[in-house]
Order: sequence, then C-alpha cells, then structure tokens
Amino acid sequence: MPIGSVPPKYKVTIDKDLCMLCERCIENCPYGTFRREGNKIQIFSRACTGCHRCIAMCPRDAISLQEKPIDYRSHPVWSREAREAIYNQAQTGKIVLTGMGNALNVPQIFDRLLLDACQVTNPSIDPLREPMELRTYIGKKPRKLTIDKTPEGDIDLVTKLAPNLKCETPIMIAHMSYGAISLNAQLSLARGAAEEKTFMGTGEGGLHESLYPYQDNMIVQIASGRFGVDIDYLERGAAIEIKIGQGAKPGIGGHLPGEKVDESVSKTRMIPPFSDAISPAPHHDIYSIEDLSQLVRSLKEATEWKKPVFVKIAAVHNVAAIAAGIARSSADAVVIDGFRGGTGTAPRVFRDHVGIPIEAAIAAVDAKLNEQGIRNEVSVIASGGIRDSADVTKAIALGADSVYIGTAALVSLGCRVCGNCYRGLCPWGIATQREDLTARIDPDIMYKNVSNLIHGWTLEISELMGAAGINSIESLRGNRDRLRGYMLDENILSVLDVKTVGADV
Amino acid sequence: MKMCGIISVIDKKKNPMDGTAVREALSIMNERGNGEGSGYAVYGAFPEFADYYAIHVFYDDLIGPKTAVEEELEKVGTIKHDEEIPTFEQPNLKKRHIPWRYFFQPNVSALGTTASEEDILVYLMKKVNTTIPGALIYSTGKNIAIFKAAGWPEDVANFYRIQDYEGYIWLSHNRYPTNTAGWWGGAHPFNLLDWSVVHNGEITSYGTNKRYLEGNGYVCTMHTDTEVVAYLTDLLQRQHELPPELAFKALAPPFWDEIDRMPEKERELNTALRMTYGPAMMNGPFAIVVASSEGIAGITDRIKLRPLVAAEKGDRLYLSSEEAAIHVMEPSPDRVWMPRAGEPVIGRVY
Repeated sequence: MPIGSVPPKYKVTIDKDLCMLCERCIENCPYGTFRREGNKIQIFSRACTGCHRCIAMCPRDAISLQEKPIDYRSHPVWSREAREAIYNQAQTGKIVLTGMGNALNVPQIFDRLLLDACQVTNPSIDPLREPMELRTYIGKKPRKLTIDKTPEGDIDLVTKLAPNLKCETPIMIAHMSYGAISLNAQLSLARGAAEEKTFMGTGEGGLHESLYPYQDNMIVQIASGRFGVDIDYLERGAAIEIKIGQGAKPGIGGHLPGEKVDESVSKTRMIPPFSDAISPAPHHDIYSIEDLSQLVRSLKEATEWKKPVFVKIAAVHNVAAIAAGIARSSADAVVIDGFRGGTGTAPRVFRDHVGIPIEAAIAAVDAKLNEQGIRNEVSVIASGGIRDSADVTKAIALGADSVYIGTAALVSLGCRVCGNCYRGLCPWGIATQREDLTARIDPDIMYKNVSNLIHGWTLEISELMGAAGINSIESLRGNRDRLRGYMLDENILSVLDVKTVGADV
Repeated sequence: MKMCGIISVIDKKKNPMDGTAVREALSIMNERGNGEGSGYAVYGAFPEFADYYAIHVFYDDLIGPKTAVEEELEKVGTIKHDEEIPTFEQPNLKKRHIPWRYFFQPNVSALGTTASEEDILVYLMKKVNTTIPGALIYSTGKNIAIFKAAGWPEDVANFYRIQDYEGYIWLSHNRYPTNTAGWWGGAHPFNLLDWSVVHNGEITSYGTNKRYLEGNGYVCTMHTDTEVVAYLTDLLQRQHELPPELAFKALAPPFWDEIDRMPEKERELNTALRMTYGPAMMNGPFAIVVASSEGIAGITDRIKLRPLVAAEKGDRLYLSSEEAAIHVMEPSPDRVWMPRAGEPVIGRVY
C-alpha cells in the first residue's frame, strides 16, 4: 500500500521578524504542529487542522495559515475529498469518519429566501419604542378552549393546559452530550441558556451533577443507548426528548470513542470507563409508531404527566408523514433535524448524503400538520444548519415554532468548525475531555458568549419582525406571505409554499 | 387597504333605521377613500324572508354562471325566492356585475354527512367561488343585505337605493384599495353567514391566519385580508362557542407583560387564550367592526395603529373612523370616547 502521503491541507508559517519565541503556539496546539528547535519554532504543517487556536493566541500576530497550499490537478468530478477518501480507505478498509455538518457545496435554501418589510400602507413597528413579543411556548396546545360562564358573569376556564416550556426567545441550544463535548462547554451553554430564559439539551450523555443548578432550563434526552437514564435524570429535566435520529447521520446511532470516556463521563453515562459508547441504530423497543407512542406515554407516566415529551427525528424523505404520526401520539413537540446538522462523529457518506434540507422539511411538516388540522396542537422545533438570526426568522416563517442551534452555539465558545471533533483533542476545550484542554473554557466567563449570542440574535429577530409590521412571534409563524423565493425553481417554491420575488400578494 | 373609513350603528331595541343617514355619514369621510370601493350591510333587511339564508351573488353575465350556481343551490336545498337586486344607473358607476339574491333553505341531509345548515352554506360558498368562473357568492346571512360596488359611497348608495332598506344594524365602508383595486368582490363589508365585517388596515399576519383557517376547513377566495376576520369570528364564536369578548380578545390579545401582572385566574385564562389561539391573533394596523344579528363589536390592533371612535345616544351605539361621521348621524351624542388599543367595544341587542 505505498500510496505515500497526501498533500497537507494547510500551510502554517511564522513571520520570524514578529515571533518573540514565547512558545504560546506550542502550548496551544494539541496536534503537535509546533516545536522549539534552538532559536526558532519548527512547524509541522501536516498536523494542522485549521483550528486557529495558535493564531488566536499569538500575541504578535506572527502566524499565517494558508489552505490547500498544494492542490490536486483540478477536475470537475474527482475532487480532493473524493480522491482522499479513497486513499484513506485503500489503506484502512474502514468507514471514513468526519465531524461537524455537511461539507458538500450544496445550495443553502435559506440564502435564497428573502424577508419582507413594511412601506407606506402599513407602518413598521419600532422595537425600541413599542413592545415586541418573542415569548414562545413549546408543547401541546388544546384545539379549542372550553369555558364556563358563572351566574355572576365570570369566565371560568374548563380546559386544562398541558405543561409547556416557556421560552423568552425562539432560540434553544441543541443536544450535545457530556462526552461529545466537555463539561465546561456544557456548563457555559447551560448558564447562557438559563440567562436568556431559554433551554438547552443534555444530549444522550446523562446529566452531570454540576449541571443541576441549571436543570430547570435543560431538556434531558433519551436515545437508543439509554445512557445516563434513570428516574432521577427524568425528573430533573424541564422536558424529555426521545432522540430517534439526527440530521448529521440519519438511520444510525451515536458513537462516542472510548478515549473520550473518562471516569466522570463514565459515571454520568453509566457505562464502563474508556469503553466505546455506541448507541444502536434503532431503539430496540421502538420498531413502529405505536411503540413510540407507548414510550412517550411511559415517560409521561414515570414523570406524572408533568413534563413535555419531545421526539427528535432526522429530516428524511417522508418526514412530514412521520412527524404527523408523532404529533398524534402524546408527544408535545416534534424536533426535525436537517441534513446540514452537525455532530461530533459521523461517517462521511451519511453526513453528506442522507436526509433533506431543513427548509424543505419544515415547510413539508407544517403543511402536513395543517392539512390535518393539528398544526397548532403540537410544537415544531427545527435544527440543522442555522447560522444567524435571519435563518431563525425564515425557519419560523416557514412554520417552525422555534429552533435549536448547535454549531452556532459552539462557535460562540471559539469553535472554528475545523471538523476534527471526533479526535478528542479540541484545542478550544469543547469536543474533548483532556483536562488541560477543557480548562481552556472557564464557564463563569464563557457563558456570557453564549448568552450574548442568543441575546443579539433575539434583538435582530425583533428588528426583522418590527420591520415586517409584526409585534408578536405567533404572527410570524408559518407566515409564508412574508417570504419570497429568489432564484429557486418552481418545484422547491411549491414545496416551500412561497411565492417568487416580484410576485403580487 | 390603507386609509379607508368605516362607520356603523346599532339600535339595541331593534328599531329600524333606513340608509339615508349612514350614506351621508360615510360620504363625509371621502378623504379616506378613493372611489374604488364602498359598501353597506344592513341587518333586519328582509323581514318577509327572515328564516331563509339570503345568498348574494355577483354574476359577470347572466348566461353561464347563473345556471351553474342555481344547479349547485338546488343540489343542496331549496330556493324559496330569487330576484335581481334592484339597481339604478349612476353616471359615475359602471355596472360590471349583476347582483342577485336568493332566499335559500338548505337541506341538511343533502350532503349525506353530519353537516349543519351553516356547513352547507360554507360548502356552497367554497364550491361556487372556487369552481364557477363569473360567479361570486359574497353574502350568505339570514335577514342581512349587503350592497357593495366599485365607486364612491354616495354613488354606491344611490345605485342600490339603500334609503329604501331598513334595519337595526348598519355597517359601511369607504375604501382606498391598494391590493385589489376596483374589484367589487374586494369591497367591504365581507359577510359569512351571520357575520359581516368592515375593516380599515392591513393584516400583516394574513399568511398565518389564512393557514390556520385552511387547517380548519375554510378557503380564502376574496384575494384580500379582510375575509379572515369573518372566518376567524365564525370559527371562534360559532364553532368554538367562545363568547364575543373572549373571541375578540383572541384576535388582539393583551401583551405578555400585562398578562404576567394579572391576578392568577385572569392570567391563566389569558395565557391559555394566547397559547390556543396564537395563529388567530391579528397583527398589523387595523380597526374593524364585526356585526352579527346579536350586535356589533369594534376593535383595533394592539397598539392602535388605526383610528376608532365610539359614541352612544340612547339605545344607539356608533363606531366610526372619525368622530365627524358620527355627528352627521347623531348631532348630540350622550357620550363620545376613544376605545383603548385592543379593547373591544360591544353593543348587543336587548
């Protein structure tokens, strides 16, 4: 197998006139890109992942990084990635693993949807001077209210409302488990979410006791491996989420390499230390929709019907019908995760080729639930590739109640989307359990990055709503009239139920 | 719609009023319209056919669509009486459609389902308006007459001679259309069964409201946002049996800030109302008056981006865009006030 080495992805250089030999780059790079040799820093570019940690920490801005310094002969079919996957597999005979979300250059439908604003015939509303409401209740809603009028003319509410999560913004933080990410990263996310009166998911890694102070803002997850699940776990969460699948790898289970399972992770997950945590592809007690419905009810029974139960599925071809089936169980919300969703570890072929984009999935699910007259009775949470407040606003206008953000939340902690999460050496202290690395995140400081991000997006959504003459988020939800498609073909426009730019109302 | 003027009146003792005064009052607000659409609704207009649904249809011609509509009507009920609505040529008004009215008794067993009489009317309206070109059902209520066309208020009033009609509720509207210019079907009032609506404003939540209504079996066919008000009112008050105060509150609910400060029982009710009827909430600037045989209700959006003035004199309640219009009908009202944003003003028959 003498294929030899493939060209390095990055070329790192240090400007010797600027470098003061402080060795911060050496300390900061866990991949071994830098070493000291006499009076200079020696660079091993092949080890570089493009994570920018050295660049961010260099006090003299002496480090430069260049992508693909040596490229392959250009070819429209045989891309670098296609060739390198083959070299890799020719040598290993294994599945190629990757991290983060879809890396193919697929069109972003969000970028081809344009938002509306008011001019003349109705006034835009100024969020600095008028109330702007983003409060979102996630959970089951009654179809109609039944009331009783007392002889004194008082109105008594007869309908009993199911428990809902009350979020002051439509942005929640996605499920990223302890194990996949560090405790310090989880602590920062949890405190940031709590600060903004919203919620975050635990992922399938259990709930570490240092997160108990934030448990009222946490959604506990039940995945196919049942890691970390006991009655105490269920009772601590504000809501429970059954994870059937995720956008980055629909149809397969999770994979946490044993290297990341240290003593504390092992205790929280309730698995032996340093063992691979491989959750099965299906839940072995859910082989059909009625089995799911049973599990939803079992979880509700176990927690005395006090907690909303969500069901998360990957956006696959038949997502609308599946979501409608879920909506008709006792589940309170359906989470749909689009094919651009991120993950710590996923096979490359799954990450890039399985599932459908979240934009189409939201529209299809919303349409199906509406057609069946049950849209408002269940919440729809969308995730998978949401990058900014415009994406959130568009997702809601397409029919989502709220969104989960995963990658974006990690980026607020410094993540550079280098995609090497599965290696357990994350230089930003996020996707790692190595103590010297996780110590790079101080949750008491970094939580502010997370809350700032959610706060900033929330302000932007308020401005976008105000410009569209809407002062409450309910009036944005599913409001396809306030979207126009730009350079989208007729088929996708009809799935999205959005008119083209220039079309009349 | 942008400017638009509305005025409406109810006599709570059901004493009849003819259309003379409302015509004068509406035309005083011509500054708010542009002569492209005006209309009137009157409750109690057909005492001799009070038990029949008065189906109003605009025909583009009397050749094809009329036969097709009558076939549809006869499939699901009986036409007791029908006539062309009398009209009188006006120099400034082009007769683009032939207005016709049918006094109709639906047959509840015709569809073979558990449909009520109202369901059959809703079915007919949907069927005719979506499948028969050249015909538009624009009113279906009992004992309610609607008069509307593209023109100035006084021309439309004279075209139909509304002074010849009497009723205990009058609703009227002077339109400045921006979205469906000059279309008769787009003129107000809009009617569905017992509900009639006049509206000044632009509903920015239209897409959300429309989807919600579609999910509940309604079809929006008028190409304008106002019809959602009639359908939402029908859904909330007729189908869901909410009292009018609560149904209107669902359309323009209090802000969460206010709800959070309410005493527990009230807070629970308002929270439940917003959670259940979020998609029915209307956003954007509006002032609307909704009428039913039981009374009238006026409401504005939650931050009152459109005007609404109320006045009382004896048994009469007036709701208008401008106080000046009320004074044309009633020179010395007992009380004149500006309703607060989102707070419904309701006048019921005794």
